Amino acid sequence: MSVAPPLTIINGLLVLPHGAPRPGALRSEDGRIVALGDVAPESGDRVIDARGALIAPGLVDFGVFAIDKPAFHFGGITRAALMPDQSPPLDRPSSVRFAAQSGKPDFWVHPMAAATRGLEGAELAEIALMRQAGARAVATGRHWIGDSGTMLRLLRYAAMLDLVVVSHAEDEGLAGAAVATAGEMATRLGLPSAPAEAEALAVARDIALAEMAGARLHLRQVTTAAGLALVRAAKARGLAVTAGITPAHFMLSDIAVSDFRTFARLSPPLRAEADRQAVLAALADGTIDVIGSGHDPRGPEDKRLPFADAEPGMAGAETLLPLTLTLVRDGVIDITRAFDLLAASPARLLGVTAGVLAEGAEADIAVIEPERPWIVDSNKMAASAGNTPFDRQPVQGRVIALFKGAAPVGSGAA
Amino acid sequence: MTSAETPHAGRYPAGSAAFPHRGLLGIAGLAPHEILFLLDEAEQWVGLNRQPKKRADRLAGLTIINAFFENSTRTLLSFEIAGKRLGADVVNMAVAQSSVKKGETLIDTAMTLNAMHADAIVIRHGSSGAVRLIADKVDCPVLNAGDGQHEHPTQALLDALTIRHAVRPRNGGEIGGLTVVICGDILHSRVARSNILCLTSLGADVRVCAPPALMPTGIERMNVTPFHDFDAALEGADVVMMLRLQQERMQGQFIPSPREYRHLYGLTLDRLAKARPDALVMHPGPMNRGVEIDSNVADLIGRSHITRQVEMGVAMRMACLDVLTRTARGMEGWVMAENGR
Repeated sequence: MSVAPPLTIINGLLVLPHGAPRPGALRSEDGRIVALGDVAPESGDRVIDARGALIAPGLVDFGVFAIDKPAFHFGGITRAALMPDQSPPLDRPSSVRFAAQSGKPDFWVHPMAAATRGLEGAELAEIALMRQAGARAVATGRHWIGDSGTMLRLLRYAAMLDLVVVSHAEDEGLAGAAVATAGEMATRLGLPSAPAEAEALAVARDIALAEMAGARLHLRQVTTAAGLALVRAAKARGLAVTAGITPAHFMLSDIAVSDFRTFARLSPPLRAEADRQAVLAALADGTIDVIGSGHDPRGPEDKRLPFADAEPGMAGAETLLPLTLTLVRDGVIDITRAFDLLAASPARLLGVTAGVLAEGAEADIAVIEPERPWIVDSNKMAASAGNTPFDRQPVQGRVIALFKGAAPVGSGAA
Repeated sequence: MTSAETPHAGRYPAGSAAFPHRGLLGIAGLAPHEILFLLDEAEQWVGLNRQPKKRADRLAGLTIINAFFENSTRTLLSFEIAGKRLGADVVNMAVAQSSVKKGETLIDTAMTLNAMHADAIVIRHGSSGAVRLIADKVDCPVLNAGDGQHEHPTQALLDALTIRHAVRPRNGGEIGGLTVVICGDILHSRVARSNILCLTSLGADVRVCAPPALMPTGIERMNVTPFHDFDAALEGADVVMMLRLQQERMQGQFIPSPREYRHLYGLTLDRLAKARPDALVMHPGPMNRGVEIDSNVADLIGRSHITRQVEMGVAMRMACLDVLTRTARGMEGWVMAENGR
């Protein structure tokens, strides 16, 4: 990989780990940030004038299901933690090593190792060898590990290896074949549904086992008031428990599945409005640590089906940033915390030095016009499929230039 | 237009304003007067069907396809007879539902049906929302003959027509104000959902009765009163509508055994006595005699309207096919529905 020439981005608002964004510039050499603040370009530098836009860290998207570079670059994402739910699953060192290289040079993939062979929830996979091959976390995949004994062994093993365990918190005894949350909407539409409590049951067990094991536990999506209350309590006890969310669960309630819209078929399913409000409160009070896109592009063969037969998932990479900025405009969080949720915090979970603007850090930089309006259009997505539940929605916030290791990537919107 | 073609001219808005929908995908979305319009339209066919010569030529030359992705005997037969009595060419397509890639087949099938220039397509499918998915892909009116656990609108309409005929001597055929009990597997029943929407829309007081495992969450938001105790639900009821115990779904899962189910929810003569003395007994069929309904109740002369429901089914489906093809037949005042459905 050739090293990018020195880069200086001037005239922007620097989004730093602490405090409000402040006017300044950024300079990098050899692909790393060397100076921040009151910096002038040197001769021979590539100079970018941000014209007052945000100079922010490239986003670190935690928990994606596909490597879809055009969509990630559109969304200002320079690194992603890849779920092990690939075909075949990331349950062997060779597949992890391949995945870890698959995005370079202009995109970095941090694979998550499958917790169990074939993601079947029974036998532990070769986690230590996969760590050596580049795995940055261990994940249970799209499903919960139902067997508590297996989960405890997994947590103890991962704790020894200092890898975070990423769990999908839905009790499968309750969730079964459900495709919706039990409630008026599922009842009217006649959709197989499970009570929202399926999440809290799974969260409670996982937290109890993580505490026994002394393990780090990340619940990839916590979407209900009851589940979030358990996370909040665990954090108050000082446990190493973190929680994530995707924009779908803070923007939408289960009303979005009316008309059997399969683009709103997600896992876990969309919840009641009261749960959405609880998610907003948890974003505001710090209970939720990560916002990820859950990027899972699905074509018509997976989505143009009756609702219950369609595959879950949404193409979320392009809308991750603008929908998170909605929270800033609504006063739920400030811009500094937005980038903590989108970049710094997921990088910390993965144990990689990224996600913040700091001297010595990799120059993964997004230049962002936070107010720039555009309309989501499922027919014109950069993603490999347009399955967004936000089709036709006007949003604000667009990446106008993106750099991975100081080298420009993607076309940007500029 | 002759009076036979518009038997209730004057009671409803003229032309397609009386029923401004392209197809019949569900009771949800129909206004009460639109439901009444369909019921009134069915009356003429009730009369015709009782004549020795049961043939009209209103749909002569039209092709109706019955595409059933789920097994059916009585509904398919009822739609077939309805189409034929109106003079249409009726083709039945029984599509075995394969477990893999059924959706792909579904869209492809929809395209195929559309290319054959059917004038109406009647669809039954095992997945909620599947009929709507097909309706969005074809150019002709689509009638939902049952989609998953969602809706079965013609069943609800024929049930309303049956009730109206039965109570005509008592109150002139008014459904508003009647107390209707729907008992059985509410959770999995599209018949229950369509009936709830139809009967509440017409002003009936609807009670639903099921064990907790078969009662959907939030059902009270559909303006019904849920009961677990069948005896309490029956108190003063005008109509008792029993649903089939879907035994294939139940064993060991929702109800310990059929006889235990009968013990709690079987309609026996003793139980029926808790309802009004002239309460109607209904069942969409097929019945499990001795489980959800005893034979001596199912066959109770003057009270059981189960075979009458089958009779009304043909008339109701004739009315739906007639009304939904009026635009295509160029009937005066019938124009393409703007909402596309």
